[in-house]
Amino acid sequence: MGPGPARETEVTLTVNGQSRTVAVDNRTSLLDLLRERLGLTGTKKGCDHGQCGACTVLIDERRANACLALTVAHEGAEITTVEGLAEGTGQLHPLQQAFMRYDAFQCGYCTPGQLCSAVALLSEGGPSAVTADLTSEPALTPGEIRERMSGNLCRCGAYPNIVRAIDATVTP
Amino acid sequence: MRSFAYTRAADGHEAVAAYRQGAAYLGGGTNLVDLMRLGVATPDSLIDVTRATSGQVDDGPGGGLLIGAAVRNSELAADLRVRERYPVLARAVLDGASWQVRNMATVGGNLLQRTRCPYFQDVLTACNKRRPGSGCQAMAPGAETANLAILGQSAACAATHPSDMAVALTALGATVHVCGPDSREERGIPMPGLHRLPETTPERDTVLAPGELITAVELPPPPPGRSTYRKVRERASFAFALVSVAAVLEVADGTVTSSRLALGGVAHAPWRCHAAEQAMRGEPATADTYAGAAEAELAAARPLPGNEYKVTLARNLIAAVLEELTS
Repeated sequence: MGPGPARETEVTLTVNGQSRTVAVDNRTSLLDLLRERLGLTGTKKGCDHGQCGACTVLIDERRANACLALTVAHEGAEITTVEGLAEGTGQLHPLQQAFMRYDAFQCGYCTPGQLCSAVALLSEGGPSAVTADLTSEPALTPGEIRERMSGNLCRCGAYPNIVRAIDATVTP
Repeated sequence: MRSFAYTRAADGHEAVAAYRQGAAYLGGGTNLVDLMRLGVATPDSLIDVTRATSGQVDDGPGGGLLIGAAVRNSELAADLRVRERYPVLARAVLDGASWQVRNMATVGGNLLQRTRCPYFQDVLTACNKRRPGSGCQAMAPGAETANLAILGQSAACAATHPSDMAVALTALGATVHVCGPDSREERGIPMPGLHRLPETTPERDTVLAPGELITAVELPPPPPGRSTYRKVRERASFAFALVSVAAVLEVADGTVTSSRLALGGVAHAPWRCHAAEQAMRGEPATADTYAGAAEAELAAARPLPGNEYKVTLARNLIAAVLEELTS
């Protein structure tokens, strides 16, 4: 590489509870880091444009599109992927169990993103676009769940059972 | 994607000092990273400003708020003060994008996102915004115009500004705070003055000089009356506006005493509806008044072949939102 500022950066972040230090080309998305460098292929690449949600992971406990996140901008971040949802408990996450019980998928490609998104949904407060009273803390009705999951597309159309699985986890 | 250098700025002065031609400020990256992947944006360095400006919403005078440019969209929409005092803003932010994107996107970046005109995003087509002087594919016969402008466009460009939040900020008369390399002082730009109409230079989305950085958005004290935001799109969620309306309306004794209206999805900038506001002032708060006001505003519309529907949609949406705020 010629003179000029570095185009590669050493980044340390925590992935599913483990500290990882990697030197990355600045262009590396968090999605490509997880899949190509760290061997965590549970997170899926769908559109690579932030439109489908297949790459949804938790960054510092908030759901985000890993395809739009530059690794270099996430020094010190805590990342949780689908591989980390069950970690430590020896049991699948209640949402993973509910997705199985309610048959909330067909091909399964969008499922890791759906799961990470739904895990975040359970802990996020505040209104959504379909909440009538903005100042209230709305109940997570099926209508609220649908709106809050709109960032995750499913080409098989498993939406009804995805909503049932999340609803069953919200109100067991 | 073109290779780039990366630096993280600790504060606003460090960010603007680091700016050079060819650099770009990085917020949440939800639009910029995508444009870089598409080859539309080709910065040779990124200056990460997510820690350079405030990530807090602070109280301002008279119940107003000062929103740091690094505040995430999801945090802004969840802030109880915004929900209670500025429902038009909370609704606009919640109507934008998906929960994932709102968790990433910053307030500053939301304002500076680029148009989703299909020709701007396709490097194989002509676009005066992307490559000045190359022409505008949207003006060619048979072009895909359904999502393009009906107000204020030029022969050079019919792109629309995609932000919902900017439309609400226009209705609220918010001020965008900016700092630049040439002045230690901040300057304030009242909305919708940040964004400009395309004229013959559509490559410039905003009035910002190269290297100027948005540091905060100031909301004036909550306006009297009621406010809301309504967005029409091709699916129920996670899509850009075909047309949207942000409205603040005050009615006393059955008469419209004050109003501020703005349209989204119809122009190169959030569209402040001066004609409609003037037509309503002091008039009875009735469906007839609102229909007349909407008619007055849309008289200036010059749709392209294929997006005439937006004129009807905007007219009906203005009237419907005003009736909702009156009921």
